Amino acid sequence: MSPNDKIPDPADDPKVSQLSDFPEEIPNELPHQSGILARHAILEKSPTLLLTFSLLVVTIGGIVEIAPLFWLENTIEDVEGVRPYSPLELAGRDIYVREGCYVCHSQMIRPMRDEVERYGHYSLAAESQYDHPFQWGSKRTGPDLARVGGRYSDAWHVDHLMDPQSVVPESIMPKYAFLADAEIDGKHIEALLETHRFVGVPYSDEQIEQAKTDFMVQADPDGDWDDMLERYPGAAIANFDGQSELTEMDALIAYLQVLGTMVDFSTFTPDASR
Amino acid sequence: MADRKIDEETGVETTGHSWDGIEELNNPLPRWWLWCLYATIVWGIGYVIAFPAWPMISGATEGMLGWSTRGNVAQEIVAHEAKNETLVTAMLDTELAELPANADLHRYAVARGASVFRAQCSQCHGSGAAGAKGYPNLLDNDWLWGGTVDEIAHTVAHGIRNETDDDARWSEMPAFGEILEDEEIAATVEYVVSLSNPDHDAALATAGAELFADNCVACHGENALGNPDLGAPNLADVIWLYGGDRDTLTETIYYSRYGVMPAWGQRLTDADVRAVSSYVHALGGGQ
Repeated sequence: MSPNDKIPDPADDPKVSQLSDFPEEIPNELPHQSGILARHAILEKSPTLLLTFSLLVVTIGGIVEIAPLFWLENTIEDVEGVRPYSPLELAGRDIYVREGCYVCHSQMIRPMRDEVERYGHYSLAAESQYDHPFQWGSKRTGPDLARVGGRYSDAWHVDHLMDPQSVVPESIMPKYAFLADAEIDGKHIEALLETHRFVGVPYSDEQIEQAKTDFMVQADPDGDWDDMLERYPGAAIANFDGQSELTEMDALIAYLQVLGTMVDFSTFTPDASR
Repeated sequence: MADRKIDEETGVETTGHSWDGIEELNNPLPRWWLWCLYATIVWGIGYVIAFPAWPMISGATEGMLGWSTRGNVAQEIVAHEAKNETLVTAMLDTELAELPANADLHRYAVARGASVFRAQCSQCHGSGAAGAKGYPNLLDNDWLWGGTVDEIAHTVAHGIRNETDDDARWSEMPAFGEILEDEEIAATVEYVVSLSNPDHDAALATAGAELFADNCVACHGENALGNPDLGAPNLADVIWLYGGDRDTLTETIYYSRYGVMPAWGQRLTDADVRAVSSYVHALGGGQ
């Protein structure tokens, strides 16, 4: 039966102790060849078969790991209040990503008492459902920002971004004063919203059509922002940086001020089993 | 039939494998190691039965104990609150102003307030509560909106000039750059400087006094001593929120100021609001 003459049959191999040899002892190793191993040699000798079956095995592993993500109820928990970002917030989010804020700041309050006491209600999966990519981060050199929205005044954010040490002397955060000099005009904002729609954020046609208007009006408290607020309930409307020009500082603060504010935790009851 | 070879040097059986004449001893695994292995296997089986473990299509198996991270944190919070319950109930039942009379209760309130302050308030008011430009020093006896513990508690709970709380303290100084001429502003600035700084231009200050009487006394008061009902600061002392030099004062009068404080009553529990108010009041400047 042995396909390889150089490997003797285990029954004849003096070096192999089998159960039949010493029934009361553990055998020193499995026989060199069993039926399955002999068949496995077929795969090992054919690159095409080996590749096909490797792919099959990896596919099964992938399905087991990935498929449940589409049906797991706790990742798609529907939570009232979570809405796509407004155009200005979305632009601010891009600046957040560009400046690498996520390197030092997490946006993930873990379900532990100390974190809940310091930062507020633990983060829900739904709260980052429109984040592409999510900004959970992995390291807290600075504090968690998942619920920073509304925690500080806009003026504080300006002071703090311009010169963090002016308000928090012990901070090691770098200065981001240049954001206040970088004017933005929302030139590609519609394309940005469309891109996010492409990856699954449910922006309506109206929201994309009005993107530029909404973008400009959010930083203009004297403007006509009623429609914008209807499209993006709860959005903060203010001249965030205190300057007449619309700058990256406006966008970033608009984004920071909405973080963690979408879900009303006075009405939301977490399902304990999730 | 296998040969059982015994190594001569050690007296231990070999596996029979020989590489260049070197043979492998067939020592059994140590008993303790094997038992540990079996124990972990048994423990592992128990664990997957007791706790959420096996991933299914729409969720993982729940486990016999019904444990969940969400349930766990809720329990931890309840357990922690239960430990402090007596003190917290007593603190909530006592008038804030009466707290200092009860040394134990006051000590608890101040200690709890101190940790709330460090986590929530220090970013603006400083970790030592000494404030920063635009963010009031809470150590001194100069209070924009009143320094009794009840007034402090109201400010903490409802905040100042925010959009989220209808009871927020609110006032708005006009931007006098649109109302007064530049020279008039300069004179007003000189008058304000003259109130606390002997080094000033008396003639200009006299002119400014008139403008002050026409434009500013409604809020800041006749002697510029301020009005805590309107959050109007006392201008006759040397405590400045934004700065008391001529340039800063000009900027303040020209553009006005609009300091905002969030309504912490929406984020903190009643106990935390009361505790942090007691702490701030106890810092030294409380009235």
